[in-house]
Amino acid sequence: MAAASPSVFLLMVNGQVESAQFPEYDDLYCKYCFVYGQDWAPTAGLEEGISQITSKSQDVRQALVWNFPIDVTFKSTNPYGWPQIVLSVYGPDVFGNDVVRGYGAVHLPFSPGRHKRTIPMFVPESTSKLQKFTSWFMGRRPEYTDPKVVAQGEGREVTRVRSQGFVTLLFNVVTKDMRKLGYDPGPADTQGVSGPCLP
Amino acid sequence: MNPKEEKVKIITEEFIENDEVADGRRKKTSKVQRQRGKKQTLTTGPEEMVLEKSHLGNQQDPMQEEPETHLVSMPSRQGPRSLPPIPSASRTGFAEFSMRERMREKLQAARSKAESVLLQEIPTPQPRRLRRPSEKESETEFGTESGKEVRRTQPEDDSQSYSRVKFDNSVRKIKSKPQTPPGFPSAEEAYNFFTFNFDPEPEELEEKPKAKNRERSNQEEEGEEEEPPIQEGDEEELLSGKDAEDFLLGLDQTTDDFLEVRPADYESVHVRLQMEEEALFIPSRLTVPTYRKLPENVQPRFLEDEGLYIGARPEVTCTNQNIMENRLLAQDPEKKWFGDDGRVLALPNPIKPYPTRPPVLTAGQSIKEELETLYKKAVKYIHRSQHMIGSGDPPGNFQLDIDIAGLIFTHHPCFSREHVLAAKLAQLYNQYLARQQRNKAKFLTDKLQALRHAVEFGLNPEKPHQSLDTTQKTINEYKSEIWQTRKLRDAEQEKDRTLLKTIIKVWKEMKSLREFQRFTNTPLKLVLRKEKVDQKADEEAFEAEIQAEISELLEEHTEEYEQKMEEYRTSYQHWKAWKKAQRAKKKKKKHAAEEHPDEEIEEPYPEEEPVKPIPPDPPDRPVIEQQVRERAAQSRRKPGEPVLVPELSLAGSMTPNDQCPRVEVLRREDVKRRSVYLKVLFNHKEVSRTVSRQLGADFRVHFGQIFNLQILNWPESLTLQVYETIGLSSTTLLAEVFLPIPETTVVTGRAPIEEVEFSSNQHVTLDHEGVGSGVPFSFEADGSNQLILMTSGKVSHSVAWAIGENGIPLIPPLSQQSIGFRSALKRADAISSVGTSGLADMKKLAKWAAESKLDPNDPNNAPLMQLILIATSGESYVPDFFRLEQLQQEFNFISDEELNRSKRFRLLRLRSQEVPEFRNYKQIPVYDREIMEKVFQDYEKRLRDRNVIETKDNIDAHRAIVAKYLQQVRESVINRFLIAKHHFLLADLIVEEEVPNISILGLSLFKLAEQKRPLRPRRRGRKKVTAQNLSDGDIKVLVNVIRAYDIPVRTPTASKFQKPSRSSRTFREKHPASPSTHSPTHSADYPLGQVSVRPFVEVSFQRTICRTTTAEGPNPSWNEELELPFRAPNGDYSTASLQSVKDDVFINIFDEVMYDITEDDRERESGIHTRIERHWLGCVKIPFSTIYFQARIDGTFKINIPPVLLGYSKERHIVERGFDSGQSLSEGSYITLFITIEPQLVPGESVREKFDSQEDEKLLQATEKFRADCALKFPDRQCLTTVIDLSGKTVFVTRYLRPLNPPQELLNMYPNNAQATAELVARYVSLIPFLPDTISFAGVCDLWSTSDQFLDLLAGDEEEHAVLLCNYFLSLGKKAWLVMGNAIPEGPTAYVLTWEQSYYFLWNPCSGHFYGQFDTFCPLKSVGCLIGTDNVWFNIQPYDSPLRINFDVTKPKLWKPFFSRSLPYPGLPSVQPEELIYQRTDKAAAAELQDRIEKILKEKIMDWRPRHLTRWNRYCTSTLRHFLPLLEKSQGEDVEDDHRAELQKQLGDYRFSGFPLHMPYSEVKPLIEAVYSTGVHNIDVPNVEFALAVYIHPYPKNVLSVWIYVASLIRNR
Repeated sequence: MAAASPSVFLLMVNGQVESAQFPEYDDLYCKYCFVYGQDWAPTAGLEEGISQITSKSQDVRQALVWNFPIDVTFKSTNPYGWPQIVLSVYGPDVFGNDVVRGYGAVHLPFSPGRHKRTIPMFVPESTSKLQKFTSWFMGRRPEYTDPKVVAQGEGREVTRVRSQGFVTLLFNVVTKDMRKLGYDPGPADTQGVSGPCLP
Repeated sequence: MNPKEEKVKIITEEFIENDEVADGRRKKTSKVQRQRGKKQTLTTGPEEMVLEKSHLGNQQDPMQEEPETHLVSMPSRQGPRSLPPIPSASRTGFAEFSMRERMREKLQAARSKAESVLLQEIPTPQPRRLRRPSEKESETEFGTESGKEVRRTQPEDDSQSYSRVKFDNSVRKIKSKPQTPPGFPSAEEAYNFFTFNFDPEPEELEEKPKAKNRERSNQEEEGEEEEPPIQEGDEEELLSGKDAEDFLLGLDQTTDDFLEVRPADYESVHVRLQMEEEALFIPSRLTVPTYRKLPENVQPRFLEDEGLYIGARPEVTCTNQNIMENRLLAQDPEKKWFGDDGRVLALPNPIKPYPTRPPVLTAGQSIKEELETLYKKAVKYIHRSQHMIGSGDPPGNFQLDIDIAGLIFTHHPCFSREHVLAAKLAQLYNQYLARQQRNKAKFLTDKLQALRHAVEFGLNPEKPHQSLDTTQKTINEYKSEIWQTRKLRDAEQEKDRTLLKTIIKVWKEMKSLREFQRFTNTPLKLVLRKEKVDQKADEEAFEAEIQAEISELLEEHTEEYEQKMEEYRTSYQHWKAWKKAQRAKKKKKKHAAEEHPDEEIEEPYPEEEPVKPIPPDPPDRPVIEQQVRERAAQSRRKPGEPVLVPELSLAGSMTPNDQCPRVEVLRREDVKRRSVYLKVLFNHKEVSRTVSRQLGADFRVHFGQIFNLQILNWPESLTLQVYETIGLSSTTLLAEVFLPIPETTVVTGRAPIEEVEFSSNQHVTLDHEGVGSGVPFSFEADGSNQLILMTSGKVSHSVAWAIGENGIPLIPPLSQQSIGFRSALKRADAISSVGTSGLADMKKLAKWAAESKLDPNDPNNAPLMQLILIATSGESYVPDFFRLEQLQQEFNFISDEELNRSKRFRLLRLRSQEVPEFRNYKQIPVYDREIMEKVFQDYEKRLRDRNVIETKDNIDAHRAIVAKYLQQVRESVINRFLIAKHHFLLADLIVEEEVPNISILGLSLFKLAEQKRPLRPRRRGRKKVTAQNLSDGDIKVLVNVIRAYDIPVRTPTASKFQKPSRSSRTFREKHPASPSTHSPTHSADYPLGQVSVRPFVEVSFQRTICRTTTAEGPNPSWNEELELPFRAPNGDYSTASLQSVKDDVFINIFDEVMYDITEDDRERESGIHTRIERHWLGCVKIPFSTIYFQARIDGTFKINIPPVLLGYSKERHIVERGFDSGQSLSEGSYITLFITIEPQLVPGESVREKFDSQEDEKLLQATEKFRADCALKFPDRQCLTTVIDLSGKTVFVTRYLRPLNPPQELLNMYPNNAQATAELVARYVSLIPFLPDTISFAGVCDLWSTSDQFLDLLAGDEEEHAVLLCNYFLSLGKKAWLVMGNAIPEGPTAYVLTWEQSYYFLWNPCSGHFYGQFDTFCPLKSVGCLIGTDNVWFNIQPYDSPLRINFDVTKPKLWKPFFSRSLPYPGLPSVQPEELIYQRTDKAAAAELQDRIEKILKEKIMDWRPRHLTRWNRYCTSTLRHFLPLLEKSQGEDVEDDHRAELQKQLGDYRFSGFPLHMPYSEVKPLIEAVYSTGVHNIDVPNVEFALAVYIHPYPKNVLSVWIYVASLIRNR
C-alpha cells in the first residue's frame, strides 16, 4: 500500500560478533549497543546485547569466539546519524575484577550485502602513573561514562586511549526503499566476503 | 567452485596483485611448479601453505588464499609464452584438490615422516649450496644485474623474475627435445646454455637433466620440500609424452597414489641467505645510466635548454637519489617516475632561499630583553598631510624595516691624540682601499695600452679595405684619447702616490706619538708590505713606458710642430703676399725695416697687417724626455723600487691601564662611562630607540637592531638621533642623521648597509687626555699647528621595505590612481624593478618586460605576464577579488533558495542549530508534504515576538517588559550554556577512581577483611539513570502521603444560625462504615464535642490527578503511594530540559463531605442518595525542579491553608504566639510526605565554566582554598564564598550585603512597632514572585542579581529574596546574616538569620514566615554557612540542624571565618546600590489588572464546567470584594470570626463554602492554576452559585499582592 511512496526506509542488519583477538586477555565477554541519530528508530530486534564469556581457543590462533548474533532493524527518514554499533569488551583482571578491555565502534555497512568488519579496540588511559597503579590495584580502570561516547566525536580530545585488540564482526545488510527515497547506497557488493571463517 | 567464476576472479586478482613485489610473484610462480610436484607426491601442499603464509606475512586465510594463488599464476604463464590455454578441467582439479587437501591436513604429520625416510636417500641440498657462490660469480662476470633488469622491463610481464624465465625455458626445452636421452644436452640446449643467460646454475653442465628439475625445485621456496628425483623420472616421461598443457591434468590423476616419508628439512645458512637474497631487494647505490631510465631509443630531453622554465629541484644527496632510482626501476618498469631528462620527477623546491622573518636574537642581547613586552596604549594615528592613504586603498599595514647596525665615531671628545691620528689613518686607509678597489690607474694604464695597440694596428697597412680617410680619422681620435687617458692616468698615479705617502706620514706621526706618550691607545698597526719586483724587468718596463711616452709625446709634438709649421707656412705665404703688395705699393720704402715695424703695426691693424709668423720650434726630444722623466719620477714608482702595500690591522696591543699615565686612565674611564643610543624618528615622531650601548674603547658601537615600523602613510622623513649619556647624568643630543627614504625597489634582504656621516657642533673641553671637540688642540709640544675637530661619526644602517607574507612588499602606494591594477601588481615581485612610479604606465611596464626578457614560464612572473597580456590586449578588467571556494557552485546539490524553501531542510537546519523547539525533533519526514506548517508556527511566533512587547496577554506593561528582559537574559545564558555544554572535561567522558589517600586506602584494606555477605545488608542507593534513553512514561513521580496533623475541622457554627435543612445534613463521619445508619441530625453537636473531618489528599501534577482514600479526623494517616506519570516538554529528556520543567506538584487536602439528598424519607429505607462534596482545605506546592534536584523529598510540610476557611476551624487553638517567645510555634497544619522520582535521575551539574572576575586574584585563590578545606571536612554543608552575577562575573558574596532602605510606606505603617515593621518588610519581600534560577537558567549555576535588579525584574529565587530581606533588616538596625543551608522542600536555600534581643530568628524570605531557632517545624534543616556584611563563616560544629547549633559566630571553634587574622577583610565595596528608589505603583493600573484577572478567572471557571451552567452571585461577589482589603490589611490573620459573622449575616440563606487565596503576582497563569487546584468548580450541584472577587493591593515598586476569593454558594431551601 505504502510501497508507491514510502516515507521511511528500512535497514535490516543481522550478523554476529564473531570473534576477537586480545592477545593478553582471556575470559572476555562483550556488550554491544547501537548509537543512531534522531531520525532513526529501531523497529525490531534487540538494540543491546551482552554475550557469554568466552575463553581463548587452545590453538595457535588464540581466538576468542563469541558468535554472538546481532539482529536489528531500523527505520529512518534520513541517512544522517546512520547507526553505529558500539562494542565494549570486558573481562576479569588479575584480581578477578571485571574491567573493561576495549571499546570500539563502527558504522553499520551502507550497502546491502555481506560485510566483515574488524574493529580495533581501545581503552582510556589513566591520567597518571599513580592513577594507573591504583586503578590496576583496585581493579577500577578508567572507563567511559557511557560506551556510546566512542561513537561520537565530541569531547574525545580530552581523553587518551591505548589500543588493545580487535573484534571481528559480520554483518548481513538488507535495505528497503532507500533508492525510492533517493539514496543510492552504491552498487550491491557482489564480491562479498567468502565463506565462513575456519573454526 | 564454478570454474567460470574462478576465471573472473583470476583476472581481477591479476590486477590487484600487479603491484606486488617481484619476489611475491616469484613465489607464486614457483608454487605452480610445486603444485605440479604435489600432484605426484601429494606431500607438499599444506606445509608449503604454512610456509607461504609465514613468508609473505599474508593475513588472508590460507583457505581463501589457496585457490587464488594457484590460478593467478596460470594466465601469467599463458601470456608471454603463448602456451595453449590450460583446460578448465585442470582448474577444477585444483579446486578439488584444495578441498581434498584440507581434509587431508591431519594426515600431514605422518606423511612428512614417511617423506623424510625417502628423502634421506637423496642428496638434494648439494646444488643449493653450490648455487650461491655461482650466482655471485655470474653477477660479477656477466653483469647479471643489467640482464635481469632488461627482462624485468619486458612489457607484458611487469614483475617477472628470472626464475620463471628459467622455468619456462626448461619446460620448452623439455617440450622441444623429448627424444634427447637424459644426461646429454641436446644441440639446442647447448646452444641455449651458451647464449642464454640463466644467471645461476653452472652445475647444469654436470648433470643436465637433473639440474633442470633441481633448478625448478630451487625456485620452490628454497626447496623446503624437495621433489625426490625418483619422481623426476616419472615426470620427465610424462612431460616428454604429453604437451605441457595437459601434464598437470595427468599429474592430478596420480596424486593419490603416492605417499612419501621424508625427514624434516634442514635449511643451511647459505640457503637461507639465498632465500633472503631473493626475498629482499637492496637497491644499489650506483648511478643509474640514463638510458635505463628512459624508454628505449629515446634521447634525454632537457627542457631547460629548450627554454622552458624549470624550478630549482630540492637538494637530495646523490646516493639517496641513486637508491631511489634503482628502487623505482626495480618496482616500476613503466618508468613513469622519470622525466624526459632521465631524472626522477621532482617539484621545484618549495623552500624559500632566505628567511622571511628577520632573526630576532643578536649577539649580546639576552632573550629576556627581547621578550620583554611593553604595553603601549593604542592611539589611532591620523596624519594631516596629503600622504594619506586613500579610501580606495587597502588600509594595510605597511612596514619599513630600519636596520641599525652600528655607529662609529670618526671624532669624539674623548679621542686622545693618538685616536685622532688613528682615525685619520683609518680614513686614509679606507680611501686607499677604495682606490685600490677601483684601481683606476691600472684601468687607465690598460686603456692606454689598448689604445696604443689600436693606433699601431691602425697604422699598419694590413687592412686594405679600410679607406685611408677613416683610418686617419680614427687614429686621430685614438690619439687624442691616448693623450687624455695619459693625463688622467698620470693624475691618478700621482694621487695614489701621495695617498700612500700621507698614510706613511700619518703612521710615522702616530708611531712617534706613541713613543712620546709611552703608551698605545689604539690597536691600529700599519704594515707596509714590500712586493719585490724584478729589477731588470721593471726597469725595462719603465724604460719602455717612458720611451713609449716620449715617442708619443715626440710624435705629438712633431705633429703639433707640423701643424704649426703648416700654419706658419700659410701665414707666411699670406704675409709674403701681403708684403709683396705692400712693397709694390711703397716700392721698397719700408723695405729696410721689415721685422720691427710690422710688429708695431700689427697692433693697430691686426687684420690688415698680418703678423709675420714665427717659425715654431721643432720638437726637442731631450727636452721632452726630460719632462717625461721628471713627471714619472714624481708620480710613479721608480723602477726597481719595491711596491709598497700598506696593510692596516688592529693587531696592535693596547697598553693596559696600569701602565698608563693618570690622564690617560681618566680618559679611558671617561670613555667607559659614556654610552650611546639612537632614537628613530619617523615623520618627526619618535617611534623607537635602540638600546643604550656603552662606548667601546675603539669608539665603535654595535647595535644590530632592526626596527620594523608598521606605518600607515608614506613616510615624510626618517631621522636618527644620536644621543650620548655620560654616566648617570643627562643625555645629550649629539647629532641628527637624516636617512633617505628607500626607493620602492629596496626591500628587506636586498638593502645594502649604508653609512651616513654625521657631525655635531658641540664644544667639549676635557680635563684628561681626550682632545675634546670643537676646541683647538695641537700635536706639537709647543702648541703650534692647532687643529679644531668636531665630533663626528658614521652610522651604518639600512632602510628597506618589508616583504609581506606572500612576497608583496609592504609599501604604501604612491598615488591614488589605477587602484584596480595595484592589487594584481602587488603580487608580482618583479614590479620592484620597474619602480612604483612606472606602474601606472602599462606600456612602460610591457616594454620593460620585453627588454628584460622575462621567462614566461616562470611561475613567479605569472601575474605580471597576465597583466601585460591584459594591458596589451586592451582589456582592462582584472578581477580584484579572490574566491576561496571557486568550485562551490559545482558542489551545491541544491540552490540556496530551494534550500530555504524546503521545509525539510529547514527543519534539519534548525535542529542542528539546537533551536529549542526542534532540538529533539525525531524522525524528520522525508517529504516536504509530510511536514505540517504548524510545526514552525511556535518558532516563528517566538521569533516575531522577540521584539514586540504585547500587553494583551493580561500582563501589565511593566511585567511584560520584565518578562521580555528575562527571556532575553535566559536566552543569552542558555546560549552560553549550550556552548559550554560542548566543552568536555575528562570527568565527563571517563570514570576514573580518585587516587585514594591513606584513610581511604586503609578503609578499603579493612573492607577486604569484611564479610562478603553481611547479615544485615546496608541499604544501597538506587541506580541513577542518566536521562538520555528515556521516553514518555518512563519517569514517574511517586508521592507517598503518610499523614497529616491538625487538619482544620468543620465547625458547627454554620448550622447554628440556620436550621439545617434535611437535604443538607451531613453524615456523621463517625460511622463511615455504615452510612445507612440514620444519624445525620446532630450536625450541630457532635458527640464529645468533637467536630470531625474526612480529609483526603489529592495530588495533581501536569493535570494528572491522583487521590488517596479518605481518612478520618484531624490527624489522619493515609500511608498511600500515589504514582503520577511525568512527561517532559517536547519529549526531551535531556538534563537541561528536565531542569527547566516548571510544573509544580500540587498536594491538595480536601474534606469529603457527604450530603444526604434523599428527598423522601420513605426512600431512606430502601436506598441511599447522597452527594459527595469536597471542600478544599489547603495545599502544598512543590516544584518539580526541587524534586528533580533533591532526588527525594522527605519531611513534614506546613499546609498552606487560606486565612479564612469558612466552615472550618482549627481543632485546638495554640496559645497566642508571641514574637518574643521564640518557642516552638505550630499553629499550622502539617502533612508528612515522601516524594521521589522513579527511576532516579541524575541531576545536571552546573556549568564548571570558570567565569571571569574582577575580584583580586589572591582573594579568588583564598576562596578556592577555603571551599576546598570546607568541602574536605563537611562535604554536605553548603559553603558559599563567590557567586556569579547577572553579567556572568564572579563576585565575592559579601558584596551583596549592605543596608538598604525598605519602602518608606512600609516603615510608616507601624512606626512604633519594630516587630510589625519587620514582619511587614518580610511580607513585602515574600510578595516578590519566586522564580528559581535553575528554571530560568537551566543547567547554569546560580546567578545572583543585586537587590535593585531583583526589584526591577520582580523575580528571583531564595537567594535574591534572602539578600533583599537581609539588607532591609540591616537597614532596620538588626543584626542579620544570610544563612545558607538546606530546607524542605526547596533543598539548598538561603534564609535570613536575625538576632532579636536574646533569640535568633530564622526568616524564610520566600514565604515571609519566621521561626524561632528552636522551632521544630522550622523548614530549615541544616545550616552550612553564615554570610555577614564583612565575612563568611562556615559551620564546623558537629551538627548542622539549627536546633542544635550555636549561632555565635565569634567562636572560631564553631564557625570558621573566611577573613581572619591571617587574611584580613580588605573592605570590599558592595555591588548593591546606595539606596533603592521605589516608585509608587499606579493604582489605576492595579485596579484595571484586578478587573481583568477577575474576568479571566470567571471565564476559566465557566470553561472548567463545560457541562453545567455557572451562575454568578453578584451580591456575594460584592460582599467578598469588601472583605479582601481587610484581609490584606490584617495580612490574613485574626479576621476569621468577624468575617464569618459578617458573611452569615449577609448571606443568611446560603450554604457557603469558599476561601480567599493569596499570592504574589507575577502572571495570570499561576493564579489560574491555583484556583483550578482548589477544585471549587467541581461542584456539580445544580443550583450552585459562585462568587469570585479579586483584589490587588499595590506595594511600591510594582509589587502586587493578589487576593482571590472564590466561593460556592448553595441556597438553602
